[in-house]
Amino acid sequence: MADGYILSLITFLPAVGALLVLILRGEEAAVARNARWIALWTTAITFALSIYMIWQFDPLTASFQFVQKSDWLGGAINYHMGVDGISVMFVVLTAFLMPACILASWESITKRVREYMMAFLILETLMIGVFCSLDLLQFYVFFEAGLIPMFLIIGVWGGTRRIYASFKFFLYTLLGSVLMLIAIMAMYWQSGTMDIPTLLNHPFPTAMQPWLWIAFFASFAVKMPMWPVHTWLPDAHVEAPTAGSVILAGVLLKMGGYGFLRFSLPMFPIASADFAPLIFALSVIAIVYTSLVALVQEDMKKLIAYSSVAHMGFVTMGIFAGNTQGVEGGIFQMLSHGWVSAALFLCVGIIYDRLHTRDIAAYGGLVNRMPLYAAAFMIFTMANIGLPGTSGFVGEFLTIMGTFKVNTWVAFGATSGVILSAGYALYLYRRIVFGALEKETVKNMLDLNRREIFTLGPLVVATILFGIYPAPIFHIMAVSVEHLIANYTTALEAHQASGLGQTALDAARLIAAK
Amino acid sequence: MEHANLLPAFGPAIPEMVLAVGAMLLLMYGVFHKESPTTQITWGAVILFVITAILIAGQGDVSITTFSGQFSIDPFTRFLKLLILLGAVAAVIMSLTYIRREGMDRFEFPVLIVMATLGMLMMVSAASFIALYMGVELQALAIYVIVAFQRDVGRSSEAGLKYFVLGALSSGLLLYGCSLVYGFTGSLEFTTVATAIGSDSTNIGLIFGLVFVLSALAFKISAVPFHMWTPDVYEGAPTPVTAFLIGIPKVAAFAIILRVLFEAFPGISVQWTQIIVFVSIASMLLGSFAAIGQSNIKRMMAYSTIGHMGFALVGLAAGSAEGIQGVLVYLTVYVIMNAGVFCCILMMRRNGEQVEQINDLAGLSHHQPVMAFFFAMLMFSLAGIPPLAGFFAKFYVFAAAVQAGLFPLAVIGIVTSVVGAFYYLRIIKIMYFDAPTAIFEDNMPGELTVVLGASGLFTMFFFVFPGPLIAGAQYAASALLH
Repeated sequence: MADGYILSLITFLPAVGALLVLILRGEEAAVARNARWIALWTTAITFALSIYMIWQFDPLTASFQFVQKSDWLGGAINYHMGVDGISVMFVVLTAFLMPACILASWESITKRVREYMMAFLILETLMIGVFCSLDLLQFYVFFEAGLIPMFLIIGVWGGTRRIYASFKFFLYTLLGSVLMLIAIMAMYWQSGTMDIPTLLNHPFPTAMQPWLWIAFFASFAVKMPMWPVHTWLPDAHVEAPTAGSVILAGVLLKMGGYGFLRFSLPMFPIASADFAPLIFALSVIAIVYTSLVALVQEDMKKLIAYSSVAHMGFVTMGIFAGNTQGVEGGIFQMLSHGWVSAALFLCVGIIYDRLHTRDIAAYGGLVNRMPLYAAAFMIFTMANIGLPGTSGFVGEFLTIMGTFKVNTWVAFGATSGVILSAGYALYLYRRIVFGALEKETVKNMLDLNRREIFTLGPLVVATILFGIYPAPIFHIMAVSVEHLIANYTTALEAHQASGLGQTALDAARLIAAK
Repeated sequence: MEHANLLPAFGPAIPEMVLAVGAMLLLMYGVFHKESPTTQITWGAVILFVITAILIAGQGDVSITTFSGQFSIDPFTRFLKLLILLGAVAAVIMSLTYIRREGMDRFEFPVLIVMATLGMLMMVSAASFIALYMGVELQALAIYVIVAFQRDVGRSSEAGLKYFVLGALSSGLLLYGCSLVYGFTGSLEFTTVATAIGSDSTNIGLIFGLVFVLSALAFKISAVPFHMWTPDVYEGAPTPVTAFLIGIPKVAAFAIILRVLFEAFPGISVQWTQIIVFVSIASMLLGSFAAIGQSNIKRMMAYSTIGHMGFALVGLAAGSAEGIQGVLVYLTVYVIMNAGVFCCILMMRRNGEQVEQINDLAGLSHHQPVMAFFFAMLMFSLAGIPPLAGFFAKFYVFAAAVQAGLFPLAVIGIVTSVVGAFYYLRIIKIMYFDAPTAIFEDNMPGELTVVLGASGLFTMFFFVFPGPLIAGAQYAASALLH
């Protein structure tokens, strides 16, 4: 079947592009120009292929599609690709954001352009690979390998404190991930396979589940990031170049949520149910606390970084609510946050390119000089707040609704976060865009050029389109999510039944003994 | 053993004999030549290694013990011998230009490396404690000399002396341990010792013998607490010698640890597993924490080696076929990565002198992007980041430990690997993030480029085609356990 290779094609096409960039020869300026164009074309074709893939995708089945499998390390460890209704969305999201990243770096990156484009293309391969992997070890390899290009992107092209930020990013995430690696090994020996579809139906022993869950939690919570292990994120965001922040917020954070959905919930259902209160507590703290922290930030990027942590709180809360609304809302929130936060970082990048400062106080009254920019920024700010009619609303609403069914107080706490997000987002918007046009430097700023319009345009369309009409996304993921929830609840009921049975047995023994 | 035939079967030992005779011939060639023929002898050594490797590869999947139970070959020894010869070829090639530039241009150098390699091959094939001791001494004596080969440089002589004194001590420990084992079991052959022990773990004298033997061998792989010599010797020795020392002597010592433990002491595995677990944890911790403070790159690599030996011991602690397979994969990847790293260190040359400070690498990615890239990838690989080869090496040993239920060991090990990642990242940071300083000479000899390229490409693209090495290691591991 020809379609069997499309995932490998989408995954490795950017790597081929990186190879093309590598073999460019000639003067530095020419190499830089060609590298930009190759990167743009590669990411654009990858996106087109991903659209073709989702066109071919059959949303009426929960099984994995476009499956490809071949020998890799021998034993039970194979090269195994495939997507279901959940992961296919993230593949498209990644491919969608990459051209914007390349465009955002078009003029702002002037040194070592070739290496920069290569790093981004390799990173795209690794990110898409994470979402397509159906082998546990293969997943880990993609998941972890992404650290290398991201480390270099922050460290080489980052801001003043880039070394601190890149080390913190690398070591934090590595420490989380290696614990997951131990759990992966334990799962391998327990079940005899690394095959994710098989593992999804493998009942892990009740006594083992909490440990495995904690190990996976260590990795995904750092990646997500959840409070209190979020502190690497503001540093990494602030120091990374604009496109690095976009990818970090748009895709890398989603790997944590994807991991929870793909592994924690279906593979360790009993532990997930047991630990759900912990997740709820951390999520609510993240939502309220980081929103408050965001309110007092002086640095635009840091403010958006903290708002990302808060928004990810909704995701974890929704996922571990364990019902359809919660999980679907969580996925939608991740997708929506994927392009909204990406767009916000792009907006910051646009004015940073002009004034070279991220200090909020340095701006003010931009609306007078940059009406187009002000309009776009307004749309994304509203989406960040979760205004109905934007894609931000759908996810937040559904996650809160899903949580409400499980725990009213958690939902109540999370709702206060919505109010706080309106506070910090509008406050940011007012300080930058409104107010009097007083500062001399700001008076000379030009509005969006054509490249920037091309960068932001698709994101505006996605924000509004899926805010008004989110059905296509739900249509694709509905069956897969139903399947996931059904398995989850069945496993829990079976566990409770066996628990009840055990109690009855104990009681019977007690009576017999008397 | 056949009594009719008084001569032992020479067949299994023919590769070693060829190597020994070849070494003599090379020596003679050097002695009877007027001008220093080092380059010819070096290439002669390479050819000799290749011939030996072909002979060993041609021995087929046989398991034979000969010389009255002193010498044995099987797929396990074949795997390790081929690895040792590979490392030896890389090491002599890497020394070519350096010895000419640094006034070490004497033909004994490659001959001594051949001798040391011969000793290692004998260690791998040793089937009794006497043969083991012979092999250990042959390689150690040759190495003492090449460590002190730059006799006009104080540092080199000091390193040679330190290594010799401590090496002699470890030989003493080894002999003492062997005599205890002999005293309590009545034999020196591994298989007979194993039969005599059975599963009797109450024999205190025997346990003492085991501990002495293990201490001596731990000295050879520079595992904590027998690591003290490593940083000084690695820093002081001429760089190509360090490159040689860091690689295959470790492989040979590991091979003989595996053989002693699994062929002579399988009955008391509970006892030696405790020792291995302790040594492993101590090595991983010391290796990762002590390397952080180093400013000399050779010294840092010495601590890195201590850590890596700890990781390899994790697989041994598992005590299963998977564990041995993990150790073999680990050693292979380790030897290849270190060859590449030392090519880079040999390329660090400024104003006609070798430089060794880590800070000398500052901004290397600006001047020599290709070398910096390979160096960076090797560092990521040493840190164990996927998809590089170093990750798969770690994966197999830790997977074996998890399978054996050694969770604390696995968790400590994997956490120290994160600590270790810090100092490997520091090198990358200096090369990529720091402002460039003075430039290195770029008249780099072609042979270093070739070795670095081969090592770097293996490290980067191992994941594409990992099957042969994994399967080969698996086959070798099953041969050891038969």
